[in-house]
Amino acid sequence: MAQALNAALRDEMRADPTVHLLGEDVGQLGGVFRITDGLAAEFGADRCLDTPLAEAGILGTAIGMAMYGLRPVVEMQFDAFAYPAMEQLVSHVAKMRNRTAGKLALPITVRVPYGGGIGGVEHHSDSSEAYYAGTPGLHVVTPATVGDAYGLLRASIASDDPVIFLEPKRLYWSKAELDTAAEVAPVGRAVLRRTGRSAVLITYGPSLPVCLEAAEAAKAEGWDLAVLDLRSLVPFDDQTVCEVVRSVGRAVIVHESTGFGGVGAEIAARVTERCFHHLAAPVLRVTGFDIPYPPPMLEHHHLPGVDRILDAVAKLQWEE
Amino acid sequence: MTVLDHRPTMPVPGWLPGATGPRTDPAPLLPDDSPVRVLGTTGLDKYDPDLLRELYRRLVVGRRYNQQATTLTKQGRLAVYPSSTGQEACEVAAAMVLQEQDWLFPSYRDTLAVVGRGVDPLQALTLLRGNAHTGYDPRATRTAPLCTPLATQAPHAVGLAHAARLRGESVVALAMLGDGGTSEGDFHEALNFAAVLNAPVVFLVQNNGYAISVPLTKQSAAPSLAHKAVGYGMPGRLVDGNDVVAVHEVLAEAMERARSGGGPTLVEALTYRLEAHTNADDATRYRQSEEVTAWQEHDPVLLMERQLKALGLLDEAAVSSASEQAEALAARMRAEFHAEPQLDPASLFAHVYAEPTTQLREQAEQLAAELAAEGDR
Repeated sequence: MAQALNAALRDEMRADPTVHLLGEDVGQLGGVFRITDGLAAEFGADRCLDTPLAEAGILGTAIGMAMYGLRPVVEMQFDAFAYPAMEQLVSHVAKMRNRTAGKLALPITVRVPYGGGIGGVEHHSDSSEAYYAGTPGLHVVTPATVGDAYGLLRASIASDDPVIFLEPKRLYWSKAELDTAAEVAPVGRAVLRRTGRSAVLITYGPSLPVCLEAAEAAKAEGWDLAVLDLRSLVPFDDQTVCEVVRSVGRAVIVHESTGFGGVGAEIAARVTERCFHHLAAPVLRVTGFDIPYPPPMLEHHHLPGVDRILDAVAKLQWEE
Repeated sequence: MTVLDHRPTMPVPGWLPGATGPRTDPAPLLPDDSPVRVLGTTGLDKYDPDLLRELYRRLVVGRRYNQQATTLTKQGRLAVYPSSTGQEACEVAAAMVLQEQDWLFPSYRDTLAVVGRGVDPLQALTLLRGNAHTGYDPRATRTAPLCTPLATQAPHAVGLAHAARLRGESVVALAMLGDGGTSEGDFHEALNFAAVLNAPVVFLVQNNGYAISVPLTKQSAAPSLAHKAVGYGMPGRLVDGNDVVAVHEVLAEAMERARSGGGPTLVEALTYRLEAHTNADDATRYRQSEEVTAWQEHDPVLLMERQLKALGLLDEAAVSSASEQAEALAARMRAEFHAEPQLDPASLFAHVYAEPTTQLREQAEQLAAELAAEGDR
């Protein structure tokens, strides 16, 4: 996946000279996860800019660059390091189009490596998607496959709206053949990764492989689980989600961030409001605990795994 | 043997790994000991009398604009107005030193500078009136929206100036801030980025003595706000912010320096807010009337008028002409603000995204239905 992201940045920079990267360590080093590897060498230090270490300054500078017609792609090195830039993000990036009645749009992509499962110490494993998804004016996108990593990042950079591009850190090393010419579903469309008649697991980003594994394991119990990958939290694909839930009748939402006030709560509410009479069981959530991200030696207790997902599926009142 | 004897020798010559030259000598970056003044000095001789009269005219019209806007708040016609009465010299000079292609990044108190850029005086007030956030097209006059969060517009100015320079275009960005804003992290990050990128930016800090009620002594322990520039590697300038010619001169020098590739400058203008922070504030709770009276003697409009009259550069006709223009603007503001604005509720959903999301379309339909039902009643 890391190479797919790198290829997306390279191809977008080749296609559009207004695309500029900036962030801490993105130049000479190629980023701590090597996502920008080789880009400074190909496009020069101006288009792949090593900035001072200051996230508000990085994003604020990107805003000014976007105001002057550039298409900045910002790297926030880790999820929790993006918080100093929250004021720039919430007060300006998200609102500039609205504040100026459409006269000034900010086509900025903010890449945020997020989530746990890689043994990072504190402040390196947060799942911050609810903060972003709760901010009108931002698109919030997260790929779970190699193909989406490439296709969604290119689409995000090409978007005239600001996009928070959440990169699941623990999928950086996931492997699959990348076909750069393959068609990728657009931003805002959920994709059914696996069909099934018993229940649907609704998920995104780092939890997708866990859900696919759980669906495979569920066959032993006689359950045929569908797996729906949201891909985009904003815009949210009500249509696909509701279609799948109505046809299956049972739903479990899975994400690794905390559950209280999380994205799963929003999805559960929407599904209940729109599909109540099609539901054979309450909509359940399987999420991380409502705790600050734990130390790495305990993180496996926090992250939703196959067993916890199967336990939830088992609670879905199977008698018709 | 002392501990210092064990201090290791720096393995790399110079002061920093990778440094090729000597460390910047801070002395040339330091501000003058006293603020730059031009009014009352021979420095005024080199000024074009027409420019001086134009500065005066803008001061007079600007003062009247501030007065009328303040009155409109008392009548409930404006939601709030942070007046720049007493600070008009900074506002006027800031707009005057910008060339057409340059960009202004104003704070919420800088409506006059925005008007000076050519924004319609009434459109500049939509934010403060409460009927829209930004009533003008920022691209049309290269004027960013009035910024309410403190100092967050400063890094925008840096990024825009940096982008323009990458494109080889002669654009300078001017960011306006207050003294309180210099305590914010974004101010420091912007200065640091500007200096590192050598961006063509000028930062103008209007030090009007108070951040709402907190005086400068509780805001900063620095010898002056201009001194803060030195730590970032850019020059700091200190100017009498009530001397419109001096502010014009210092800003014009900083703009020229930026335009010619010399990098950013921090300018601190010493001025005074003669009125409260906004109409919602009671300034008598935190400052003495003697202090205000003393600054009234140093009023920027009076200083300029006295000086020009003494030099024979301002006749009664010019004075009454400026006064008439000011009254005409005030009359237009009264007329416009007594009419109820026509607002379109559908605009709430129009500019959140390039394309509204499904959720926003549904909510727009809901509001339209509510409005239709109200119409039926």
